[in-house]
Amino acid sequence: MEVRVQNIRKEFGRFPALDDVSLDIRSGELIALLGPSGSGKTTLLRLIAGLESPTDGTIFFGAEDASKKTVQQRNIGFVFQHYALFRHMTVLDNVSFGLKVRPSSRRPPAADIRRRALDLLELVQLSGLEKRYPAQLSGGQRQRVALARAMAVEPNVLLLDEPFGALDAQVRKELRKWLREIHDRTGHTTVFVTHDQEEALELADRVVVMSKGAIEQVGTPDDIYDHPVSPFVYGFIGQSNCIDVTLSSGEIWFEDRPIGLRAASEPDGVATLYFRPHDIELIDGCGGCLAGLVTASRRVAGTRHLEIDLGKAHPPVEIELPPERASSTDHTRVAFRPTKWTLFRKEGDVAAVSRQAEAPVSELARTGT
Amino acid sequence: MAFRSSTRWRFRQPSVIPGFGLALGVTLAWLTLIVLIPLSGLIWRSTSLGWSSFMSLVLDERTVNALTISFGTAFIAAVVNLFFGVVLAWVLVRYRFPGKRVIDAMVDLPFALPTAVAGIALTALYAPNGWIGSLLEPLGIKIAFTPAGIVVALVFVGLPFVVRTVQPVMEEIDKEVEEAAATLGANRFQTISRVLLPGLLPAGLTGFALAFARGVGEYGSVIFIAGNLPYVSEIAPLLIIIRLEEFNYPAATAIATVMLFLSFIMLLVINSIQAWSRRRYSNGA
Amino acid sequence: MALDTSTAPTASSKLVKAATSETRVARLTLIAVALGFVALFLLLPLATVFIEAFRKGPAEFATALRDPETFSAIRLTLIVAAISVPLNLVFGVAASWAIAKFEFKGKAFLTTLIDLPFSVSPVISGLVFVLLFGANSALGPFLQKHGIHILFAVPGLVLATVFVTFPFVARELIPLMQEQGTSDEEAALSLGATGWQTFWHVTLPNIKWGLLYGVLLCNARAMGEFGAVSVVSGHIRGQTNTMPLQVEILYNEYNFVAAFAVAAVLALLALVTLVLKTALEIRYSDEIAASRRH
Repeated sequence: MEVRVQNIRKEFGRFPALDDVSLDIRSGELIALLGPSGSGKTTLLRLIAGLESPTDGTIFFGAEDASKKTVQQRNIGFVFQHYALFRHMTVLDNVSFGLKVRPSSRRPPAADIRRRALDLLELVQLSGLEKRYPAQLSGGQRQRVALARAMAVEPNVLLLDEPFGALDAQVRKELRKWLREIHDRTGHTTVFVTHDQEEALELADRVVVMSKGAIEQVGTPDDIYDHPVSPFVYGFIGQSNCIDVTLSSGEIWFEDRPIGLRAASEPDGVATLYFRPHDIELIDGCGGCLAGLVTASRRVAGTRHLEIDLGKAHPPVEIELPPERASSTDHTRVAFRPTKWTLFRKEGDVAAVSRQAEAPVSELARTGT
Repeated sequence: MAFRSSTRWRFRQPSVIPGFGLALGVTLAWLTLIVLIPLSGLIWRSTSLGWSSFMSLVLDERTVNALTISFGTAFIAAVVNLFFGVVLAWVLVRYRFPGKRVIDAMVDLPFALPTAVAGIALTALYAPNGWIGSLLEPLGIKIAFTPAGIVVALVFVGLPFVVRTVQPVMEEIDKEVEEAAATLGANRFQTISRVLLPGLLPAGLTGFALAFARGVGEYGSVIFIAGNLPYVSEIAPLLIIIRLEEFNYPAATAIATVMLFLSFIMLLVINSIQAWSRRRYSNGA
Repeated sequence: MALDTSTAPTASSKLVKAATSETRVARLTLIAVALGFVALFLLLPLATVFIEAFRKGPAEFATALRDPETFSAIRLTLIVAAISVPLNLVFGVAASWAIAKFEFKGKAFLTTLIDLPFSVSPVISGLVFVLLFGANSALGPFLQKHGIHILFAVPGLVLATVFVTFPFVARELIPLMQEQGTSDEEAALSLGATGWQTFWHVTLPNIKWGLLYGVLLCNARAMGEFGAVSVVSGHIRGQTNTMPLQVEILYNEYNFVAAFAVAAVLALLALVTLVLKTALEIRYSDEIAASRRH
């Protein structure tokens, strides 16, 4: 089912946890809410579930206004971070609970409930464990029981709060793949919350990046990684470097020299240049480049990471090179130029001629290639 | 052989901390002197009675009646305490109301108040001319000087047990569990009756068993309010004292032995409830 | 009504509340039931003690307490508590040191044995000493010959009280010390401290509030014990009557004001115990073991 979040605002006391958030979740998609802690992602999930009530705004399930329904009436499936399994019930009783508590008019016969629960346990690969109690299961198994329990009620939307947060790295990786498979097989509209960007990018159809109670960007994993729309997304997703630069007649200057990049349509003024460590090219002899002393060099799997000091007033930048390229360069001094980069400007940094003042935060300037 | 020495039976695990011998020595000596020798004295005295005379003392009609009254009233009081104890614990854990902290502290009053004081106070309240007794008398209800009075005293004495065993478990209920039940469509009543209360069952049963065990042996608070009518409202501990005052040591010993045996069974039950719930529910992983 | 101008957000917040908490009516009913129960079984009896004690005015109350027999009962209660509490304190510390700091065979069994007096009827706790030291016991003639008085004398009262209060301190300390582990002691020892230094300067400061808590409960029970003491005391007025026994005697003589006057003193003691106990729980909650079962 399609879920539309419209202009949702949520305050806890005076503190706004979410500020005017709107989001369209398409039917059948797997979507990730990604952000650091305190970004409001879990609050958004709980608002969709009906476990919190919005201070303002509306949530639609299809054409229906779900804001007027209690959590029980919304028919959602929620998987809690710590699973919240009923510890005095067997696995089978946990999974069938949602069907057993239905009013008798809508409750399937006991035999059907049992069959459905067993089918779901088979789907989550827990056949044979139906008589166990939650305490007798491993973390990954509990996770799967929680998912089966949530799916048993044929939910309009499946909501998962940090579904892999409490698991160790190995199990996490396996379950991630497995969740994707389950989703592809059952087709439930699924929203999951995570603070792990790798998880979000690997698993989701679309990723919602959140920060400080607002949505920064919504897009496919490719979009989010390749075209971050704000410094926050650039910094939060993947590795990135940022350096303060100056624009002068379309030319980007770093300190006292141009670095060989052009942003022709940009007005003069100061700006911040963002680029990823692997989006660079080494340059022999510097006629317009960034250059600095190599202060540290680490081999990380298939690449070599070099830390470069561009001068006292700047934080060091990191670049990644194929090991053979790295060893062929001068070990003390490196000259390079970003191949993919983005320029962000803060309001006020732009010279008076700028026409971008009407945008609330006029960050996006120009992306170079 | 190396193999044998590594799996040798060891009384204790090696430790750098000193004082084991002294501490255990003091403990065992004190335990033996104060608890074990006196209790085994009781057992020894009752075995020296011989089986047939022991049984005839135990099966004496007055003894059987006293034991029945003690166990029956203690059971009823424990049931009352189970119900109200769970409600009280729920209210103390879940709701906010003025005076809550005072009420919470007051729950331990029966632990702190000498039983004789409780006994005379309850008698004064429930006697036909007392505040509550005089209200009930026109309705034809007599509490003091009847078995109902014993139940009242035992409810007082056992009140903290259920509350104090259930309360910490209730405090640790994960909010997520209730939310999970709600997201699955359970209404509030279903959440409480099918998810929360069953989870409290082991703690509730433990509290019940403790209140019951305490009630069976209780003496001080009961004798004032009971009326102590033989065959009607005479409790077993009182009969022990009566037999002692008659210098009928064999009878006193026999009743005490039966009670001791039954309270050991209670202790066993309590321990098995806890072991069972630990095995099944507690998070071993 | 003016209150009913609920706007959309408050309506939906009501929906959320209804989903995960009880209705107002249910809540108020439960609170009323719980408070009614507490009032009927706890507050009313407590109030009765004081009301009955002052029924005939403060003068009568004071006279009742000035009675020499009552006075000696108070003295005896204090003496018995002053002997039995320290004994059980030393025992409790030793027992919890052995049980909490070491791993040895039979530990669980030992813990059960320590708890044993809790599940024995007070009357039986007294009876066992009568059987042990009474006139027709094996020891009886010997004690009589040497003029040693245990029963119907202070030693008997102390023994019965020690038996009844036996587990209090140990039961409070064992979980606390188990929780604290042995690393502090190991650190002290590695720095060259002796065993006693380690105990005094490291262990004792860690457990002092838990210890005080246990002593408080132990003392309350020691001063208030009735059944066990009643069996061994012999009820010799002015000599072997503790306060609770004095309450019984006065009550049975229909001297209600005096009985309730002594009871009021004991009730006051119980209230002080509760206040101190609550204060300890609030102030030092993490330095007192979580076990609230007594």
